[in-house]
Amino acid sequence: MDARVDLPATEKVKISVRDLNFYYGNFHALKHINLDIPEHKVTAFIGPSGCGKSTLLRTFNRMFELYPEQRAEGQITLDGANVLEKRLDVSLIRAKIGMVFQKPTPFPMSIYDNIAFGVRLFETLPRVEMDERVEWALKKAALWTEVKDKLDQSGAGLSGGQQQRLCIARGIAIKPEVLLLDEPCSALDPISTGKIEELIGELKADYTVAIVTHNMQQAARCSDYTAYMYLGDLIEFGPTSDLFMKPKKKDTEDYITGRFG
Amino acid sequence: MSDKHLSTQFDAELAAISTRVLEMGGLAESQVTQAIYALVNFSGETASQVLQGEERVNQMELEIDRDLSTIIARRQPTARDLRLLIAISKTIGNLERVGDEAARIGRTVQRLINSGISSRMRLPVGDVSFEASLAIASLRKALDAFARLDAVKALEVIKDDNQIDREFDGLMRQLITYMMEDPRTISASIDLVFVAKAIERIGDHAKNLAEQIIYIVKGTDVRHNSLENVESIVR
Repeated sequence: MDARVDLPATEKVKISVRDLNFYYGNFHALKHINLDIPEHKVTAFIGPSGCGKSTLLRTFNRMFELYPEQRAEGQITLDGANVLEKRLDVSLIRAKIGMVFQKPTPFPMSIYDNIAFGVRLFETLPRVEMDERVEWALKKAALWTEVKDKLDQSGAGLSGGQQQRLCIARGIAIKPEVLLLDEPCSALDPISTGKIEELIGELKADYTVAIVTHNMQQAARCSDYTAYMYLGDLIEFGPTSDLFMKPKKKDTEDYITGRFG
Repeated sequence: MSDKHLSTQFDAELAAISTRVLEMGGLAESQVTQAIYALVNFSGETASQVLQGEERVNQMELEIDRDLSTIIARRQPTARDLRLLIAISKTIGNLERVGDEAARIGRTVQRLINSGISSRMRLPVGDVSFEASLAIASLRKALDAFARLDAVKALEVIKDDNQIDREFDGLMRQLITYMMEDPRTISASIDLVFVAKAIERIGDHAKNLAEQIIYIVKGTDVRHNSLENVESIVR
């Protein structure tokens, strides 16, 4: 099923997906996906469990390569370069495409080092500049004022919401171009969720954001574009306001209105 | 809404609020019918009943509005569910105004009776009553279309409004002729002008209801649109 829509001419395409198929062994998890993700916008992926939305997100930075039985066919281009091509260094791709997972995953080290760790992999910065980078990332992630006096303490000591913002800070510290968020709020309370959503809105000025969420209202609140997926097909993709007010496909409507059985 | 939500409670809430709207619509419609009966028969008693009924219509608007807020807060509806609730919010505003117009007619009838105008039997109340029958039929058709979420029927209501407007224009000319021929009828004729105008407004409210029904079904806001555009959206 081809649900691709042409983005408005004002949008610049950041990631372009063409005829993407994905397999877990023999299981065909993504079927001929065609999609353009606009730059400096938030694109949300919604759909019931097992629809392939997280799988799709994980193809963008070749996260699936960690598992030998998983493979992707087709094309995913980031600014024109095919991400899926083997000769492209995966660590360089992941430097450009950061990812934050469902459960906060702080490294077992200080708050400061949680941020600095990834930066050191790609850049050698003098101490002062590293301090600035850590502060910058924590400020961007709206965490700075809460942790600035305890940067040497363990990241594991933070609350769940703070840990997740720490992970977002870690993700943006290496200055990626794209930020992938895989259900970043599903383990968080409403206040922390609110803060992360607020943050997502601010991050899109500098990054292209793609978010997978089970929470449809979250997609409605913080995304510019929404893709609805079902059983490995991309059913509908379009501006979030259109999708939630007047979806084109009945399947989409049934899902977002809760008529999905 | 034939197919069901996962939440049967949500289904029940939407069904209940739609039923309440129809109930309110039925009440407003009978208010108009009574008001016209009071006019044609110069029945002060019926006119008072209309004025009493207005309070019930107002009360229903408040109750339905309260239920709407509750559903929106608790269910966070989307797509056609959201469109239905937004449309209901506007629909009940229009129905409340229909009740107001009926009450206005009721008060005019009381005034005509109290002023004891001897010539009142010669006023063209029959023609006003005809205009009213068109408006009442339109309102009933709109409520019917709402119950069935029938966009085609809603389009008919929009088309019918032109005839009510033409009828109103005809009545104006007729009443002006009355006033010129016999200045003693001026006061009563002016009262009838207001009644005719109230009926014309009731037709407009029926048309507004119809536009909301098309919005629910088609997802397109057809207000302030040419009839041709609306037709192409519905078909």
